[in-house]
Amino acid sequence: MYVYDDFDRDFLAERNRQFRAQVERRLSGALTEEEFRPLRLMNGLYLQLHAYMLRVAIPYGTLNPVQMHKLADVGERWDRGYGHFTTRQNIQFNWPQLVDVPDMLDALAEVGLHAIQTSGNTIRNVTADHFAGAAADEIADPRPWAELIRQWSTDHPEFQFLPRKFKIAVTGAPNDRAVTRAHDIGLRMVRRDGETGFELIVGGGLGRTPMIGKVIRDFLPTGDLLPYLEAIVATYNLLGRRDNKFKARIKITVHENGIDRVRELVEARFAETRAEFDADAMAAHFAHIAAQFAPPALRAADPAPLDTARAADPIFRAWADTNLHPHRDPSHAIVTISLKAHGETPGDATSEQMRAIADLAETYGYGEIRISHEQNVILPHVARADLPALHATLRRYGLATANVGLVSDIIACPGMDYCALATARSIPIAQDIALHFERLKLEHDIGPLKIKISGCINACGHHHVGHIGILGLDRAGVETYQITLGGDGSEDATLGERTGPGFSAEKIIPAIERILRSYLDLRQSREESFLAAYRRLGAAPFKAALYHEEKADAA
Amino acid sequence: MSSETLVQVITANLLREGHVVWLTPEGGWSRDLAGAQCFAGRPAAEAALARAAAQTDVVVGAYLASMRPTPAGPEPVHFREAFRRAGPSARARGVTQA
Repeated sequence: MYVYDDFDRDFLAERNRQFRAQVERRLSGALTEEEFRPLRLMNGLYLQLHAYMLRVAIPYGTLNPVQMHKLADVGERWDRGYGHFTTRQNIQFNWPQLVDVPDMLDALAEVGLHAIQTSGNTIRNVTADHFAGAAADEIADPRPWAELIRQWSTDHPEFQFLPRKFKIAVTGAPNDRAVTRAHDIGLRMVRRDGETGFELIVGGGLGRTPMIGKVIRDFLPTGDLLPYLEAIVATYNLLGRRDNKFKARIKITVHENGIDRVRELVEARFAETRAEFDADAMAAHFAHIAAQFAPPALRAADPAPLDTARAADPIFRAWADTNLHPHRDPSHAIVTISLKAHGETPGDATSEQMRAIADLAETYGYGEIRISHEQNVILPHVARADLPALHATLRRYGLATANVGLVSDIIACPGMDYCALATARSIPIAQDIALHFERLKLEHDIGPLKIKISGCINACGHHHVGHIGILGLDRAGVETYQITLGGDGSEDATLGERTGPGFSAEKIIPAIERILRSYLDLRQSREESFLAAYRRLGAAPFKAALYHEEKADAA
Repeated sequence: MSSETLVQVITANLLREGHVVWLTPEGGWSRDLAGAQCFAGRPAAEAALARAAAQTDVVVGAYLASMRPTPAGPEPVHFREAFRRAGPSARARGVTQA
C-alpha cells in the first residue's frame, strides 16, 4: 500500500499544527463558533447529538495492521473502546472531547491516517471496491488511481468551497462493489482494444433526490484521468447551484442542464486542463504510487486442512459458505469478517476486535486489511489452507458470524442514536431484524439479500439501493419507517420503489417478515434470489403481503 | 396535549467536552435534565436563551426544547430530546457492553 514520504508527513504535521492552534483559539475565545465550525469540519470533526464525532478517512478502504492497531489505541484512549466503520470507508469515533482531538490527529498521523476532507463541501474520501487487488473478476487494481485522486484532491485550492460535498468511487472490476453509479463521479475501469481506461459516470447520488449516474465518457485513457476530473469538478464549481442547498449536488446540475450540455462544458474545459497538466510528470508519479501497490507474493499452500475442516466442522462450513469470495489465485480466498453479529451495531468494532483483526492480517493475510462500504472488514489474501485456523481465532473475538450477504448483513447509518441530522433511529431496527430472523432460523433459507437502513432522507444507509430499503422518518413526533423494494447498488444500479405508507418501530419487523415470507412462497427455486423474484413479479404481491395483512390486523 | 401545559428548557452541548447539558436556575449547566430551569412563557424563555447562547466559551448550539412538566421534573415531548437525555439506545452501544 501507499507509504507516506517526507512531503506527505510534513504536510500532515503542518495541517495538524494548524488545527491545534485553531482549537486553542476557539477555547480562548479568539475564534467564535461560527468561525471555528468550518475549520473543524474540514478536519472531520462534527458536533453530534450527544458529543463530538471525529470521522477519520480510510482511503479506498485500505489499512495495514499498524494502522488498525492505532485505530484501536485511539478508540481506547480517547473514546469508549470502540470505533464505527461507515458506509463511505471511514471510521467514526463517537465520544472524543474537543480538547483531545489535536492529540488524536497527531496519533493518527504517526501511521499516515487523517481526517482531512471527511466533511465540508470538498472532495471527500475516495472509495473503492473492497476486494480491489484480490478479486478474480478484476481488470486492474483501482487503488493506485484512487491514491492519485486522493493526492490531487487533498487541499486542492480550487475545490475547498464547492457548492456541496463531492464523492468519488472507483472500481477495477465489472461487478460493481463500489456503488459507482450512486456517486458524484463513478469510475469503472474498462478495456478497449487492449487498452485500459475508465468509463466515467457523473451525477449519481442518493439522499433527498436519488439519481443513478449518467455516463459522461465511455472511455477515457488512464493518462487523462486527472485533467478530466479537474474539468468535471471545475465545471460543477461554476455551474452548480449555490442558491439552494437541496439542489446543490452535481446530480441536480446534470439533471437540470442535461448530460449533453454538461459534457460539452466539461470537454471544453478538458481541452484546457489537459494542456495544463504535465502528462509525463503525472505518469512518473503514478508509476511511483503503483509500485507501492504491488500484490503480495502468495505462497503455495496445501489446501488439505480446509477440506478436512469443512467435512468435520459444520460451523466452519457455514462460515466458509457465506464469508469467502473467489480470489484471483485459486489457492487463496478473500475473507469477509462480519461486523454484523446478530444484535450488535452494524459496523462497530471494539479496540480488542481491531487488534485481533490486525494480528490476523499479520499472521495470515500478508498484512493487508480492507474496510467495505457494507461496514465489514476484509482480509483480501488468505491461503485457503489457513482458513480453519483463522476462523478459530475469529470465533474467540465474536468475529465469526456467518452472515455475509444475508438478511442480517445490514447496512445502517448511525441514525438518531448518534446523528444530529437523523429523524429516527436505524441501529435498533437493524438489530431487531437480525435477531428476529436468527430466531426464525430463516436466514440461510432466504439467501442473498441486502437490507439497507437510513435514519433520515440523506440516505447514508443507502436505502434507495437496498433490495429492501428502510427509511426512518419523524411523522408527527413518532418514528416511522418507509419501505422501498427492488433497489440495487451493483452494475445494474436501480432505485428501489416505495411500497406505500410507513410502519412504526414495532410494526416494521413483522412487515419485513411478511415481505420475506411471501418471497419464500413465490420464488421458483432456491436459486431465485429475492431481487430476482422481485424483478420477475414486480411490487404487487409484496405490497399485498405488506398491506392486506396490516388491514386485517387493524380490523 | 395542549401546548399551554408545556414548558421550555434551554439545552446545548459543552464546548470542551461535547456533553449534552441543560441550563439551571442558577445560570450554570447541568448534565441532568431534572436540574433544568423550566420557562412557562415564551418571551422569558427566549430572553434566557439569548443570555445562555452568549456563553460562547462554555456551550455550543443552545436552543429551546419543549418539555412536559411532571413532579419528577421536565419530561421531553419529542423523542429526539428523550434520546439526548438518555444517550444511544442501550443496545446501540452493544459492543462496548460485551
